[in-house]
Amino acid sequence: MSETSSSLTLPDPAPQKTSFSGTLYRGNEGMWSWVLHRITGVAIYFFLLVHVLDTALIRVSPEAYNAVMATYKNPIMGLGETVLVGAVVLHALNGLRVIMVDVWPWATRNQRPLFWIVMGLVVVLMAYFVPNHLINVFSPMEGGH
Amino acid sequence: MSDTQLPQGDPKGQDSGVHPAHSGPTGAPTPMADRPDTASTDDQSSAHQVAEAAAQSSTEPKPVENEYDGADRETQPAPSHDVPESFNVTVIVRRYDPEVDDEPRWVDYDVQMYPTERILDALHRIKWEQDPSLAFRRSCAHGICGSDAMRINGKNRLACKALVKDFDISKPIYVEAIKGLPLEKDLIVNMEPFFDSYREIQPFLQAASKPEKERHQTIAQRERFDDTTKCILCAACTTSCPVFWTDGQYFGPAAIVNAHRFIFDSRDEASQVRLDILNDKEGVWRCRTTFNCTDACPRGIQVTKAIAEVKQALISGVKL
Ligand code: HEM
Ligand code: SF4
Ligand code: FES
Repeated sequence: MSETSSSLTLPDPAPQKTSFSGTLYRGNEGMWSWVLHRITGVAIYFFLLVHVLDTALIRVSPEAYNAVMATYKNPIMGLGETVLVGAVVLHALNGLRVIMVDVWPWATRNQRPLFWIVMGLVVVLMAYFVPNHLINVFSPMEGGH
Repeated sequence: MSDTQLPQGDPKGQDSGVHPAHSGPTGAPTPMADRPDTASTDDQSSAHQVAEAAAQSSTEPKPVENEYDGADRETQPAPSHDVPESFNVTVIVRRYDPEVDDEPRWVDYDVQMYPTERILDALHRIKWEQDPSLAFRRSCAHGICGSDAMRINGKNRLACKALVKDFDISKPIYVEAIKGLPLEKDLIVNMEPFFDSYREIQPFLQAASKPEKERHQTIAQRERFDDTTKCILCAACTTSCPVFWTDGQYFGPAAIVNAHRFIFDSRDEASQVRLDILNDKEGVWRCRTTFNCTDACPRGIQVTKAIAEVKQALISGVKL
């Protein structure tokens, strides 16, 4: 579609055959990318809050700091780190998409493919990170974290 | 539908294909299909020649040259097209009567529908044949007045533009009022907060200069804001916006669209006034680019793009 179209030839949004039935608001890529962005943003915020507190502990008592850090070195925390990295990667890449959508008309028009590019990049980056990270988490190497 | 209601003539699918106007151009296999060199148009014109020759060879002299007795007129009724079958659709409407109900409730209706019909027809059938107390707004019924925006299967649309055949009718179709505006009754919401925001952005031309004749504008200048002139103020966009649902103070996409229509109008002189209004904390910066408004707009307006252009105008000035 051209950037502007005359009002004489109204583009009728092509009705898509819909199999959805229900009442939850059915947004498309744009809405779900925003939902993910807010969830990951809030999740990262709470992680950072805790992280600032536990790191600050080192100024209070290095022993306590070491004790807290030791509790983090278990597989459940390892999986949590995987989720955290995934959230940060998604939030950062989609954040770049949102910035482009706001300032670059081309990106405004192509926000949908851009969303799928972001998702693709997240999958690729995580496909690289997750196996490496999990090997670290589950192999009983000392010093590994 | 029973056969007695069919127009007389061929029942569906029984057309023999001998009708000259009906064979050939459809591309369907006809007796001529094995003669690819004979275009079907030839076939038709030859049929006309035969008819003319028959008329000329008539022994009766014709008193008036132009007289046309209609002998070669098509005598068969126009071939009947497939009569659409009606089917049963379950429509579940979120009803609310403030005098009776504490909470809105979902009510099921079974309606006989044709694929050519719209959700608005289903609502009419419910109101006219099953429950006259059902309340909804509609005026033009043809996508012009903007009174019947509602949430149908979780998406804002005009009931008068939502064709039944575009839905999976093996499942029920849910119809409820648009979200984020005060519910008054059934599918009717109080539109005043919506129109208040609209009025606030001063949706009228403001120009101090008095031209001798008309105010000139080039085609390109007119094109600049053409998209946003199409708005019918149906509120489908504003009530599809997650920001508006949680923050009713947000101006909302429709007000911004109508501000855009004047901000980028070369004849208008109050662009800066409107930009200042939309620079408010509840203005364009609330937009989170979810594109729900763009997807919901029944006029196909690129709503999020218009909002992005207003944001840009706030940063780097209006570029006409
Ligand atoms: C890695 C670099 C980051 C980038 C590129 C980025 C980008 C963005 C952008 C562009 C937005 C605006 C979204 C919108 O307008 O819809 C946003 C929102 C947000 N970000 Fe980030 N961000 C980053 C890191 C973070 C971090 C570390 C946190 C946690 C402290 C965070 C928490 C949030 C939250 C809570 C929101 C609000 C979400 C919303 O209003 O929808 N972000 N981010
Ligand atoms: S911009 Fe589109 S959806 Fe919004 S009020 Fe106007 S016509 Fe309705
Ligand atoms: S009834 Fe007028 S727009 Fe649907």
